Amino acid sequence: MKKVILIKYGELTTKKGNRNFFVQLLFERITKKLEGISHTIQKDLSRMCITVEEVDLPSVLEKLNTIFGIHEFEVATVIEPTVDAIEEAVRICSQQETFTTFKVEVKRSDKRFPISSMDFAKQLGGVVLRNTASKKVDVHHPDLRIMVEIREKQAFLYTRSYRGLGGYPVGVQGKGLLMLSGGIDSPVAGYLAQKRGIKIEAVYFEALPHTSLEAREKVIALARILAKYQNEVKLHVVPFTKIQEEIYKNGKKEYTITIMRRMMYRIMEMLCKKQHAKCFINGESIGQVASQTLSSMEVINAVTNVPVIRPVACLDKLEIMDIARKIGTYETSILPYEDCCTVFVPKHPVIHPELVECLKIEDHLHFENLIKETVENTFVLKISEEKEQQFKNFL
Amino acid sequence: MIYFDNAATTFTNEEVLNTFVEVTKKFPGNPNANHALGMIAKKLMQEAEEQVASLLGVHPSEVIFTSCASESNNFAVQGVLHSYPYRKKRILTTPLEHASLSTLFAHLKEEGVEICMLRLEENGQIDLADLEEKLKEEPLLVSIHHVNSEVGVIQDIDTIGRIIKKYPKTYFHVDGTQSIGKIPVSLLNVDLFSCSAHKFFGLKGSACLIKKEHVRLTPLIYGGKSQSIYRAGTPSVAVIASFAKALRLALEHLDEKENHVKKLHDMMVQGLKEIPGVVVNSCQDGSPYIVNFSVLFTKSEPLLHALSEQEIYISTKTACSKGGASDVLLALGKNEKIASRSLRVSFSCQNTEEEVKCFLKILKEQLAVLNLEKGVN
Repeated sequence: MKKVILIKYGELTTKKGNRNFFVQLLFERITKKLEGISHTIQKDLSRMCITVEEVDLPSVLEKLNTIFGIHEFEVATVIEPTVDAIEEAVRICSQQETFTTFKVEVKRSDKRFPISSMDFAKQLGGVVLRNTASKKVDVHHPDLRIMVEIREKQAFLYTRSYRGLGGYPVGVQGKGLLMLSGGIDSPVAGYLAQKRGIKIEAVYFEALPHTSLEAREKVIALARILAKYQNEVKLHVVPFTKIQEEIYKNGKKEYTITIMRRMMYRIMEMLCKKQHAKCFINGESIGQVASQTLSSMEVINAVTNVPVIRPVACLDKLEIMDIARKIGTYETSILPYEDCCTVFVPKHPVIHPELVECLKIEDHLHFENLIKETVENTFVLKISEEKEQQFKNFL
Repeated sequence: MIYFDNAATTFTNEEVLNTFVEVTKKFPGNPNANHALGMIAKKLMQEAEEQVASLLGVHPSEVIFTSCASESNNFAVQGVLHSYPYRKKRILTTPLEHASLSTLFAHLKEEGVEICMLRLEENGQIDLADLEEKLKEEPLLVSIHHVNSEVGVIQDIDTIGRIIKKYPKTYFHVDGTQSIGKIPVSLLNVDLFSCSAHKFFGLKGSACLIKKEHVRLTPLIYGGKSQSIYRAGTPSVAVIASFAKALRLALEHLDEKENHVKKLHDMMVQGLKEIPGVVVNSCQDGSPYIVNFSVLFTKSEPLLHALSEQEIYISTKTACSKGGASDVLLALGKNEKIASRSLRVSFSCQNTEEEVKCFLKILKEQLAVLNLEKGVN
């Protein structure tokens, strides 16, 4: 049996001029995501109807739950648009559901249907009452809402709506680079950026041999989770060791992290230009650690004019952890491998760094060439949603 | 040679063995080591773990590799018992369990654990009304053999699991040693699941326990980090990889293999029924892989040995149980004579119709010889 999923766009539809573009992107995203599952999609400016086989429904719904730009969806049964067929479907539906109060709503986009929407709703209410025992109509707060939509070639019946992920289709806002460390915050930041339509590429600062290859594997695993929302995530691996060692050798210990973050931001800016990204994104949360106080942010941010998006800036750690659990990055994030921010961390990092002090320290570092070299040596890994088996031959 | 003792063990598949040899040679590192050799071994192990998880429809962290199904069974039952010390120690089970559970239960009983036997229908399946009734007392665990190894009774673990789901404090352990890789298995309503690779052409010493996320489990073996936090010890990457391979191969074309075995089963049952003095103890709706029968006029041991001399290998009861009448058959309501004279033929998908015909022919000849020896016509 076939089922129809009715998709509502929500916020998309308010963008009048760009609506076509948004809907087209969403359409492409859904088509890509449902590859391999037999389906048809009809789209108009207010809604999309996806027809699938009932057996595929669970996997389709799971996939739709990874697509931004879907505000709400309903799973409907397809019926012939005749009075008899609709009455029969309503009868079956009312006998399957458990409820005490109900309401029937009818919409007709095909106005040639012989009975008006209001009258037909009443008539269908009668069908429910006749075929069930001790049920009541409640038009304001019913337990069960039976919705019937009559179109030219088919009618739909559904009883409940599901919340989609919301947001905009990934890509409507262009591209941004995500600083992905392996911690709890940055994957959440990436997810929230994707939600607002930014297609992300991840950047991982690696300090081999001070950090382990396991730490990289962890970042790859996180990027793979984010890839669920946009097909593929490019992961730029920045060999950061030389710069970190240089800072550690020559800088004031309490400024190590501040200077390191300034170097990272400089590299991010260069990578943004190289990759034509409009912003970069990170998981900084105000006040969480020394380098994330407002004073630190001010001093660190001073090296770049590229917009820095901090989606979790105003969230508490617990709120961030909630999202991390929801999207499934938490378990990976808490694996105990050191990243480049934790290996060189001083005992007492400065909480209110001074810009002048930073400039003085940086005067002693010959970082321009180092940064250039680092950016040149940055390499890309393409991370797709499905992990390709490396050892297939043995398994 | 005719090998009809596949429920005891199967012959290792050549490809599975190759995986073991190749992985042993090429990935010698300890997967718990932090260097490159260790890491690549760990990656391979994780990939094997993911493959097993996806084949069984569970999460990779829910897969615990063990050394044998007996370990998995002991681990599941004892692990749960120790994890919920404040719960009443009551376990529901059946008289059809494998020795690794029935002997464990006998031991636990001495320690004060209450072991309740579920009532069985005539065909050996659990009486669901009795289950519902006994679940009301919220036992800690229900432990059930999916396919009984001696007669092949199949329990409907989907329905049983759905019923148990209504009692969230009760966990459901299924011993799937004789089912996985042979008949379709869904772990949707199961909390713990044991299986072993050597029953589906894998290596001996290669088994696993599936433990769903929400179940607490106390380890049997403590130690450092390993494949799973629930079981310490250096993981054998080669054994784990070959488990993954054996499982993948076993689940390929499962329907076709099962249908083929069904044909063998039906031929065998038909043939046995035609022999005077032979009764078939397996039910028609049991596993096609197992046919249990008794020869009323002769003890099973001499027949087993006589067949063995002809290079025909079958078994009396299960390989893991000891002499005497079969408790399983007695539990199924068979009389002492039938229960003490039973034999088991167990198939794999590699057996052929020719072998069944040949077996029946030789069986008849041997029975005739044994008859003459005893002076019976």
